[in-house]
Amino acid sequence: MAETDAQGQSYEAQHVHSVYEEIASHFSSTRYKPWPIVERFLEERPDGAIGADVGCGNGKYLSINDKVFIVGSDRSTNLVSIAKQHHQHLNTSSLVVADNLSLPHPLHAFDFAISIAVIHHLSTPARRVEAVAAVLELLKGAGGRALIYVWALEQKDSRRGWDEGHEQDVMVPWVMKGKKEKKTGSAKKGRRKGDGEEGYGEAAKEEEQAVAAVQDKTFLRYYHLYRKGELEHDVEEAGGVVVESGYEKDNWWAIARLKDGDGR
Amino acid sequence: MKLLTLNFLTCAIKTCKGSPASFPLHPRDSELEIIETDINLPFLKNILPRLTWDAVRTISTELGLPELPATAPTREDLVEPSSTSEDDAEEVPTQVAKDLHRLLLETCVKEGKLVCGCCEHEYQVKEGVANFLLPGHLV
Ligand SMILES: [Zn+2]
Repeated sequence: MAETDAQGQSYEAQHVHSVYEEIASHFSSTRYKPWPIVERFLEERPDGAIGADVGCGNGKYLSINDKVFIVGSDRSTNLVSIAKQHHQHLNTSSLVVADNLSLPHPLHAFDFAISIAVIHHLSTPARRVEAVAAVLELLKGAGGRALIYVWALEQKDSRRGWDEGHEQDVMVPWVMKGKKEKKTGSAKKGRRKGDGEEGYGEAAKEEEQAVAAVQDKTFLRYYHLYRKGELEHDVEEAGGVVVESGYEKDNWWAIARLKDGDGR
Repeated sequence: MKLLTLNFLTCAIKTCKGSPASFPLHPRDSELEIIETDINLPFLKNILPRLTWDAVRTISTELGLPELPATAPTREDLVEPSSTSEDDAEEVPTQVAKDLHRLLLETCVKEGKLVCGCCEHEYQVKEGVANFLLPGHLV
């Protein structure tokens, strides 16, 4: 964890951005199953709505609803080019490389925004609130809604096993398997290793133990694990109002609107 | 990068966002390409009211594309009158709809720059992706 904003920037450059750049293609191959809450949120958007996916990764949420248009952005050039390959022949999205604290979007121009598994990578409380504010300020006052999704501290049934009382700022290993992995069969499940925050990783755990670790390469990513109520607090601190919030498979989520926006 | 995207992009530098000069960004030295997608008339009709038409026109002119009318087409302009139907799927796109689809969703900036009219900062577009990461001193 970093102490100041300037330290936070360089800390994240080293412990978040450069890691995603390196693991992009392996990471992407494990990210294909949408989380139900995100899917529901996207499907409920009105036809023709314009959205922003801030930290879109490989773009798995860009074509859930083919009646809306989403501008996806990510800090990782490699993840964006993977996302682009999958989506350039669809009408529903477009991609740019951008930092979530310096977004290239006009203020209050979007019907909706999503930030999925992104804000927990910011390394100071102030930067996390700033990141939430950056998502909220994209929203139109009338009807604009944002869905924010972060990793939870309380996940004692997950393979990580963290729970209340544990240190919230953690380094999480991403294990990139050597070539051997591909020969272990059960292809899709086998590729889900190092896939903790998905929360669907039970099968992957057994597999992980079965595969020899000789050629593995481990990368550490920084995470701030959110405790109960903390996301709602950050939303309010950032000038938002929580419309709905909850817990889904090791993650906290909140749907928010602008404070001066209407209640529709 | 689809031209429609430019309707939802501005300068990444915070102090520019309040300035009208920062929207839309100006394409410069652009190489365009067509990436075909299936025309989706209901989608076009629904996106239409969300467009900032003046920005669409400006960009189109700056890219040397055919001049667009001063006002945006209406939803009715997009549908062949004989095909108007309760069921969106039965409707047939007009030439106006086809042209709009080609312009906003199939015409892409492949290489070039996007320039902020407020601070003059240039954002590079490479292989169809615009990069808005700022050098440290501008963050
Ligand atoms: Zn600018």
